[in-house]
Amino acid sequence: MTTTTAPTTGTAPHRLGRKARSRLTDTVVWVVLAAGAIFMIAPLLWMFSTSLKSKLEVFALPPVWIPEVPQWDTYVRMWTDSFVLDGIRNSLVVSLSVTVVGTFTCALAAFALAKMRMPFKNAIFIGLLSGIMIPFPTLMIPQFVMFSRLGWVDTLLPLIVPAIFGNIVMIFFLRQYLSSVPDSLVEAAKIDGASYWQIFWRMIMPIIRPAVAAQFILWFMAVWNDYLAPILYLNTPERQTLQVVIANMNVQYATQRDYPLIMAASVVALLPILVVFLIFQRQIIESVALTGTKG
Amino acid sequence: MTSTTSPATTGRRSPAPHGAPPTAAPASSKPGGGSSRLHRNEKKWALLFVAAPVLGYLLFVLYPTVFAAYASLTRWNGLGPMQFVGLDNYVALAGDERFRQALFNTFFYMIGIPVGLAISLALAIAMNRKIIGLTAFRTIYYIPVISSIAAVAILWQWAYNGDFGLVNQFLAFFGIDGPNWLADPTWAKPAIILMAVWKGLGYSMLLYLAAIQSVPRSLYEATALDGAGAWRQFRAITLPMVRPVTFFLVVTQVIAGAMIFTEINIMTPTGGPEYSTASAVFYIWKQAFQYRQMGYATAAAIVLGILVLIITLIQFRLNKRNSFAID
Repeated sequence: MTTTTAPTTGTAPHRLGRKARSRLTDTVVWVVLAAGAIFMIAPLLWMFSTSLKSKLEVFALPPVWIPEVPQWDTYVRMWTDSFVLDGIRNSLVVSLSVTVVGTFTCALAAFALAKMRMPFKNAIFIGLLSGIMIPFPTLMIPQFVMFSRLGWVDTLLPLIVPAIFGNIVMIFFLRQYLSSVPDSLVEAAKIDGASYWQIFWRMIMPIIRPAVAAQFILWFMAVWNDYLAPILYLNTPERQTLQVVIANMNVQYATQRDYPLIMAASVVALLPILVVFLIFQRQIIESVALTGTKG
Repeated sequence: MTSTTSPATTGRRSPAPHGAPPTAAPASSKPGGGSSRLHRNEKKWALLFVAAPVLGYLLFVLYPTVFAAYASLTRWNGLGPMQFVGLDNYVALAGDERFRQALFNTFFYMIGIPVGLAISLALAIAMNRKIIGLTAFRTIYYIPVISSIAAVAILWQWAYNGDFGLVNQFLAFFGIDGPNWLADPTWAKPAIILMAVWKGLGYSMLLYLAAIQSVPRSLYEATALDGAGAWRQFRAITLPMVRPVTFFLVVTQVIAGAMIFTEINIMTPTGGPEYSTASAVFYIWKQAFQYRQMGYATAAAIVLGILVLIITLIQFRLNKRNSFAID
C-alpha cells in the first residue's frame, strides 16, 4: 500500500486541475439532483395548486400553476360537506390507541426477551418472528370472519385490538437496542430490591426512549396511512378513517369533475404526516437508516 | 398503567394486567423482599411481560392461518356452513384466467424494483458529495415515502388523466401526445410502475446513503492512489459494500410488491382495461368481499402467501451463495 508517496511531490497545477474538475462534477450533480427534486415535488405541488383552482381552471390548457383567485372556500366546502372531519377523528382514534398501547406492550415484551430469564425464550422470539412470514391478505379473511362474529364490523375495534397486542417488528428493534445495555445494570437493580415492573418503568424505559420514539412515529405513520384493513371493516361514512373517506370522495366527486375538492381532501390527508415528518425529520431518517442496516 | 385493559379489549380475555404492582403474583412477593425470592419470580414476570404479543400471535396470526388452511378447502360464503370440497378450489384456481392474469400483473409490477434501486443508488452516490442544499434534497426526495398511498394514488390518477393530466401536459411540452394512461391496456401497468418508483425512491436512497457513508473513506483513497477510476471504484467498492442493503430492499420490496392493492383499487376500481392492472390481492379482495366466495378467495390468498414464501427463500439462498463467491 505504500508504493506511491507521490502526492507530496505532486505539483500544484495538477492538484488545482483536480479541484476544478471536482467542482464541475459537483455542479453537474447538483443540477441533476435539483431536476430530480422538481420531478419528486411537482406532483404534490400540483395537487395543492389544483385544490385552490376554480373548476374551470382545472381544465385550462395550457395548465395553470398558480390559480388566479385561490379558491380557499373549497376547503371550507370540504369541511362542511364531506366526512373529512369524521375521518380525521377516526384516524386519530385508531392511530393513537394503537401506537400508545402497542408501544407499551412492545417495550415490555422486548425487555423480557432481552434481559430476563424465561423458559423457551428463543422459541417464543422465533415463533413471534415467524408471524412476519404470513402476509396480511392471507389472514384478512379469517380475521374478518372472527370480528364479524363478535359484531365488530363497522367499528374501529378490528383496526385497534389486534394491533395493541404488539408489533413484532418493533419488539425486534427494541430488543436489539436493549442488547447494548449491560446485564449488570439490571442485576444491580435486582439486588437493590427493585421489582421487575420498577426496573422496566424506571430504568429500561428511559434508556430505550429514543428507539421507542422513532419506532412510535414510524408506526403512527403506517397506521395513519393504512387502507386495506379499514376498507374491509368500515361501511358507514361517519365511521371511516381518513384514507377511506378520501378514496370514497374520489369516486363520488370525480363524476362531478370536482377535482379541486378531491385534491383538497388529499392535501388534508397528507398534511398531518408531513408536519410530523418535518418536525421529527432527523429522528425518522436516522431510525429508517438504522432499520435498513440492521435488517 | 394497565393500558392493555382499555375498553377495546372488553369481551375477550384481556392479557394479564401488566401494570399491577408486584403483589399480583400468587407468591405475593413484595418488592424489597430479598433478591432470591425475586429471582424465583423472574420467569413468572417475564412470561407475563411477553403474554400480550404471544396471545396476539395465537389469536390473530396462528389461529387465522390454521383457519385459512381449512377454509381454503371449502365452499363457503362467510356466513353459512362450510362445505368441504377438498382441493377443488385450488384446481379451479389453476384454470382461472383472471387469477392468472392478476398474478402476472402483480409480478409484472416488480419490474419497477430494479429500476427504482438503480436510480436510488445513483441518487445516494450523488448525495454522498458535499454539495449545497443536501438536507433539502433529502427531505424532498423523502416526502413521497411518508405520503399516504391513498392520497398519492388519487393524485396520480388525476395526473394520468389523458386530456388534462400533469403527465401528458409535461409530455406535450416535448411534442409527445401521451396516451390516456390508466384506460389503455398497454400503458396502465407502466403508469402504476412509474408511480411506485416515484413513491419509493426516497426510502431506498436513504438506506443506500447510510450504507455508503459507512464505507471507510480510506478505501476509496487507497484505490484512487492505485489509479482506479470512478467506475472501477463503484464496481469494486461501492457495489459490494451496499450489497446487504440491496438484499434487504429487494426482499422487502418483493414482499410488499406481492401485496400491492391500494393504488390498484383507487386508480382502477374495476381492475383496469382488460383486467390489465388487477393485482392478486385485488382479485382476492373482490372474490371475498364482493362475490362472497370466501373459501375460494382464501385458497387464492394461500397460493399467494406460498409463492411469496418460496421467492423469499430463493432470495436468501442466492444471497448466501453469492456472498460465498465474493469471499
